[in-house]
Amino acid sequence: MSAANRGITRRRFLGQTAALTVGFTLAPLVRGLAQAPSVLPGSLQKNRMLDGWLRINPDGTVTAFTGKVEIGQGIVTALAQIVADELEVDLGRIEMVSGDTSRTPDEGVTSGSRSIEESGSALRFACAEARGILLETAAAKLGAPLSSLRVEDGVILAPGGVRATYGELTTDAMLKREATAKAKPKPSSAHRFIGKSVPRRDIPGKVTGGAAYVHDMRLPGMLFGRVVRPPSPRARLVSVDERATRALPGVVAVVRDGSFLGVAAEREEQAIAAARALRKSAKWQETASLPPSGRKLFEHLRRQPAQDAVVSEKNDAAASAVKTLEATFTRPFQAHAAIGPSCAVAQWQEGKLHVWSHTQGVFPLRRELAKALTMPASDITVTHREGSGCYGHNGADDVALDAALCARATRGRPVKLQWMREDEFRWEPYGSAMLIDLRAGLDAQGNVVDYHHELWSHTHSTRPGESDGTNLLAAWYLRDSQRPGSARNIPQPAGGGDRNAIPLYVFPRQRVINHLLPEMPVRVSALRTLGAYANVFAIESFMDELAAAAGADPVEFRLRHLSDPRAKAVIEAVASKAGWRPKQAGDGRRGRGIGFAKYKNLAAYVAVIAEVDVDRATGAIKVPRAFAVADAGLIINPDGLANQIEGGVIQSTSWTLREAVSHDSTRVLTRSWADYPILRMTEVPSVDVSLINRPEEKPVGSGESAQGPAVAAIANALANATGRRIRDLPFTPERVKAAQT
Amino acid sequence: MAVTLSVNGRRRTVAAAPETPLLYVLRNDFELNAAKFGCGMAQCGACTVLVDGKAVRSCVTPALAVVDTKITTLEGLGSATSLHPLQKAFIEEQAAQCGYCIAGMLMSAKALLDETPHPSEADIRQALAGNLCRCGTHNRIVRAIQRAAKEMSP
Repeated sequence: MSAANRGITRRRFLGQTAALTVGFTLAPLVRGLAQAPSVLPGSLQKNRMLDGWLRINPDGTVTAFTGKVEIGQGIVTALAQIVADELEVDLGRIEMVSGDTSRTPDEGVTSGSRSIEESGSALRFACAEARGILLETAAAKLGAPLSSLRVEDGVILAPGGVRATYGELTTDAMLKREATAKAKPKPSSAHRFIGKSVPRRDIPGKVTGGAAYVHDMRLPGMLFGRVVRPPSPRARLVSVDERATRALPGVVAVVRDGSFLGVAAEREEQAIAAARALRKSAKWQETASLPPSGRKLFEHLRRQPAQDAVVSEKNDAAASAVKTLEATFTRPFQAHAAIGPSCAVAQWQEGKLHVWSHTQGVFPLRRELAKALTMPASDITVTHREGSGCYGHNGADDVALDAALCARATRGRPVKLQWMREDEFRWEPYGSAMLIDLRAGLDAQGNVVDYHHELWSHTHSTRPGESDGTNLLAAWYLRDSQRPGSARNIPQPAGGGDRNAIPLYVFPRQRVINHLLPEMPVRVSALRTLGAYANVFAIESFMDELAAAAGADPVEFRLRHLSDPRAKAVIEAVASKAGWRPKQAGDGRRGRGIGFAKYKNLAAYVAVIAEVDVDRATGAIKVPRAFAVADAGLIINPDGLANQIEGGVIQSTSWTLREAVSHDSTRVLTRSWADYPILRMTEVPSVDVSLINRPEEKPVGSGESAQGPAVAAIANALANATGRRIRDLPFTPERVKAAQT
Repeated sequence: MAVTLSVNGRRRTVAAAPETPLLYVLRNDFELNAAKFGCGMAQCGACTVLVDGKAVRSCVTPALAVVDTKITTLEGLGSATSLHPLQKAFIEEQAAQCGYCIAGMLMSAKALLDETPHPSEADIRQALAGNLCRCGTHNRIVRAIQRAAKEMSP
């Protein structure tokens, strides 16, 4: 990779193809000019005007704009805290506008736990600068030296009781300028809101039946839409009786375009009935296109054509290995499985399209819709509205195109289209199945000297707006069908399939190889943590195996292979919190284990200790309790952070004990919660979360930081309890029982 | 075709086929947002409402079957300006992430507390075992219900 390429941030790298080209060709030129634009923090780099981020209103309120969106993680509240502190305006007077192609900055996708770093940094510096401008204006107006002024909740006070409010000082022109990022944000000692558990802004509406979600939108004349998806990924529509469906009560439109089928009706239950009738009459030609399932899937993955890359290689001098261990780990296709199926509202007016969507990226979705509908992006507005839980790239974007296609047939009437449960389970892009081979050598002192990590995986990102194809489901089935984008891996240091495949431990000789499988017979994309969940499962399970081979305690063994003090600190803290006793053996039924990772090797440090309780007769496992310690740098909202860690541990426990998508050679068989059980209220662990605040460090995201450590802690606890290790996910009762014999 | 229903103390006749699932009548005719479509198969609990005080899954309950009953949705418990103790407790415990399951959780909790004012933690978990949550907010939900129970019957 050239020096010029290396300078491109990941977000820009992920931008659409055109942006990529510009980045490659212009970067050296720009750097050669005397007036090269300065590098600005976070998303300010790409959205450089202050008034794109902030408006000071004459009534003293403040409107802040972010391209990041609320997906249940509390980001909008956290960003408001940052604005309040840097501007010195009370939280109550800050209005947040998020994710709207007609109003907010383009910050790409809300993903990868990057919002605090990207949007948070941008707002932090933009607000600090705006505050400086307001102070300078006030100094001139009040005739007082700048150094004598202070701010209290948007009021600038000069000595002698002279004052001016932000609302009085603001002008239209004031923030119409490019950011310089020269104003220094406040030190953490001056924060009033950052670091406090400020209640989330979205929760009151959600517990009182407010219009909190895109699902709750009602527009004048709105119709209800449903789609009829093919029975299998490669199926093609042969025939369908559209006329009979059109005659059903309330049906306004039946849309058939190639193998895409949709309906719009006056009432929701009428749309469902119409879709059912349409499905019943449809004849499809199916093709067996799916890979083998069960154990055979992984041998199949190993044999597929792959793009191979050595992502880490180290050959430092060290003693020779006296003992070598090898192990293979697997993870199946797993689903996002949000409780609410995806939904969107679309309306066409005079050739222009407005879409309301719970997409993670309004701008990328707009670009993709423009491709799919072959129209200019400037004729499309995408406005974010919240959806059901978002754990990565789910059906949100796809349903937006479905709604747009159905609304094109309704003469300007808006269509709200929600997927049925089965649509969601069978058509959302899954987290890729993965196969991981590990090999390591211990020297005579029981230290790891050789380490080899090799993984096979499909891509972990087929998001809209990033590729050479059209990454929206319906586009592949239209008469003039478009192709999905070709597979690529998100490059290190964040990584995709190889996310967290490079161990944080200090091993003198190591090699990490990623085999990206470009064919995608099963639809895959980003599921929370991407490859990190499986890689951390593998590395951290293996660390316990290596510790055992070295006769060492798992905690001590990890600490001795780490040099990063923050990594050591979370491990030591969780061991102390859980009352870890070195080399404590399980009793055949109960056991404990530890898992650790620094998410992406770039973000939050998390260590988890989990306890398991195994019923040896049935093989059923319970995880009654887990301890987690997290260090996410400067903490913006402690309760929000704890909520993310708690949720991450519980979701990971569910993935680990229960979850796998099933399919035969033609069809996906996972259709309902009966086919894809997740942990219930009676089955989730209690989670004891402790946070380490580092006010001197930059704040980093945390939404994906606990899942890897949690699976590893459970795997190690299970091995500790029973003496038998399971290396294949999920840990179903059948597997646990089989491992005992 | 029309059905007359009594929802949150309000009686209304709506132009829906009698077999229409209650959920769609609540959401689209009564314009109540709280009950959510999750699965349409009574597997997830997102659509839970009270019918004569009992928690039912509105996605599989035909409107005709609840004609002479008292139906209560989350909106019937309280509002943003006049919160029910359960709603208040959910805010105090910040017991939501995406929140899509929360209305159903609250209604199952209401049905429980009406019958068992002093539930144990195990009672709460059992009563809500049919309500799925995907974000991992379970323990906060339990804490919120415990808090509300204390406030409602000290």
